[in-house]
Amino acid sequence: MSLLEVSDVRKYFPIKSGIFFQREVGRVHAVDGVSLSVEAGETLGVVGESGCGKSTLARCMTGLHEVTSGTIAFDGDVRRDVQMVFQDPYGSLNPRRRIGSIIADPLVIHREGTPSSRRGRVRDLMALVGLNPEHYNRFPAEFSGGQRQRVGIARALALNPRLVVCDEPVSALDVSIQAQVVNLLKDLQTELGLTYVFIAHDLSVVRYVSDRVAVMYLGKIVEIAPGEELYERPRHPYTAALLSAASVADPDRPRDRVVLRGDVPSPISPPSGCRFHPRCPKAQERCRVEEPLLLGDGHKWACHFPLEPGERLRSAEVGR
Amino acid sequence: MSLTDAAFEAEPVHAEVVHGKGPWQLAWERLRRDKAAVISMAVIVLVALLALLAPLFALITGHDPLTQYPETALTPEGLPVGPGADFWLGADSLGRDLFVRLAYGARISLLVGLSATLLATVFGVVVGLLAGYYGGWVDGVLARVLDVVLSFPYLLVAIVLVAAVGASVALTIFVIAFFSFAAMARVVRGQTIGYREREFTEAVRSLGASPLRIMVIDVLPNLVAPVTVLASLLIPTSIVFEATLSFLGLGVDPRTPSWGAILADSTDFYRVAPGLLVFPAVLLLLTTLAFNLLGDGIRDALDPKR
Repeated sequence: MSLLEVSDVRKYFPIKSGIFFQREVGRVHAVDGVSLSVEAGETLGVVGESGCGKSTLARCMTGLHEVTSGTIAFDGDVRRDVQMVFQDPYGSLNPRRRIGSIIADPLVIHREGTPSSRRGRVRDLMALVGLNPEHYNRFPAEFSGGQRQRVGIARALALNPRLVVCDEPVSALDVSIQAQVVNLLKDLQTELGLTYVFIAHDLSVVRYVSDRVAVMYLGKIVEIAPGEELYERPRHPYTAALLSAASVADPDRPRDRVVLRGDVPSPISPPSGCRFHPRCPKAQERCRVEEPLLLGDGHKWACHFPLEPGERLRSAEVGR
Repeated sequence: MSLTDAAFEAEPVHAEVVHGKGPWQLAWERLRRDKAAVISMAVIVLVALLALLAPLFALITGHDPLTQYPETALTPEGLPVGPGADFWLGADSLGRDLFVRLAYGARISLLVGLSATLLATVFGVVVGLLAGYYGGWVDGVLARVLDVVLSFPYLLVAIVLVAAVGASVALTIFVIAFFSFAAMARVVRGQTIGYREREFTEAVRSLGASPLRIMVIDVLPNLVAPVTVLASLLIPTSIVFEATLSFLGLGVDPRTPSWGAILADSTDFYRVAPGLLVFPAVLLLLTTLAFNLLGDGIRDALDPKR
């Protein structure tokens, strides 16, 4: 059995209106039928634009959101063995509490150890993530963004979790600090045998840390494949467009950037058929009507007219 | 829940550790640099001393606050004597020592002001936390209760209650707290809604923390600043509230010396004995002004960005 098995998970947020008697006037389809599995010891990257539902998916995995339908099967106690690293290093640490108390929270809530053994564990954790253990008595405001994120990582590791869900752990940090934090996460994975679900919108960061990568669009996974395979041979037009927009370190490398026209459609009333069809350069009548399924073996994609390996998406066709 | 901030604070600090100043330490340092706040604190300390030492003043002057001294306190024409060596601030129309009565009145004012504020704060924080954290129907019910409280005419309620159970200090405190807690509850509710959605509360919620623990350990410390500010501004309001009720004869027992009751007594005599009006009025003004300025100072000290 996989460590985490997500089957056809949907998470809708009701939109209510009315002052006295609220009635539901619509639903945001934040996550709309996602299935994936996470194997022990691997890193699954999840990429997508803002609002594609990747953070909602992460919150479903950690039990912060109850799913509307579908199941999430985890081999262990979700409250204990699944931990989360949050995006905002400022918002995720309580400004009125000391670092030591924050890192000890998981131990206190799960009634682990004695006060003195917890103090020892907190110091060990701080050393593990590269913080000075003597600083346990400080307040979050006395730390930089990168250090705060290390505090968040230490808190996530306190209970020796089996799965760590990282929700955009470095996107709020300076680029130079990003590398340090990403490398810390990688080192910790090797050292502690951790499993990661790594959510980000930065494709190069995801490529660097992930064994497999899932691409999300409007609440659905459109393509999932081992990292190199996905980056070198994208099959879904959306993946290809996303990859073409990523910055490359080599300025001489020829770039044919596919510019997607229009905005991401509203998740309140997603398009019929394939959700990407209004913006897809390859869309045909069938895409409007029939929803493609996520199919394949190892490399899966949800598209009626996938790109052949090596085929380039032409942006001239994009938009009308 | 034994490993709280206090557990870490109790840990001895190693000599080589550079110890950062906590937010409270910083706030206190800012408050000490605020001249208006320092003067206000001095005024409040003086008023508190006046209240605490009231029996001492009664001993020195030999005047009981409730006893009338017709031979020494009233002129042959029956008018109260002015300030002098015997009666420091003069006597009132019944021949009682005004200074001793004001000192005892300070006890009532501070007692009612502080207790009513404490009661309103505790009640307001609990209601606000519950309404803000749970939202939904709990919030709906509590919000409607607050609306009802705020739309009650407080003088009518006070008159009815005094008529029903009789005037007393406890009743005064209760009436003031009842009409003050709604403001506190509203502020706490709004703040709690904000903190409920923050990532640091999500972090502990994902660990399975109980709502009580989140409210007390994670949300409450963040509310200390706004609650302290509001409470420090509730104190002068409560003192004036008490004086108003006593002035109208709805507050403490009319025989008890209270600033509001002393002011009420002065209305017929202020032409011949202006001190009867001026001294309690100035005392009331200074005390409420000091509490208000201190409240402003605390707000600035706790949130220097504003």
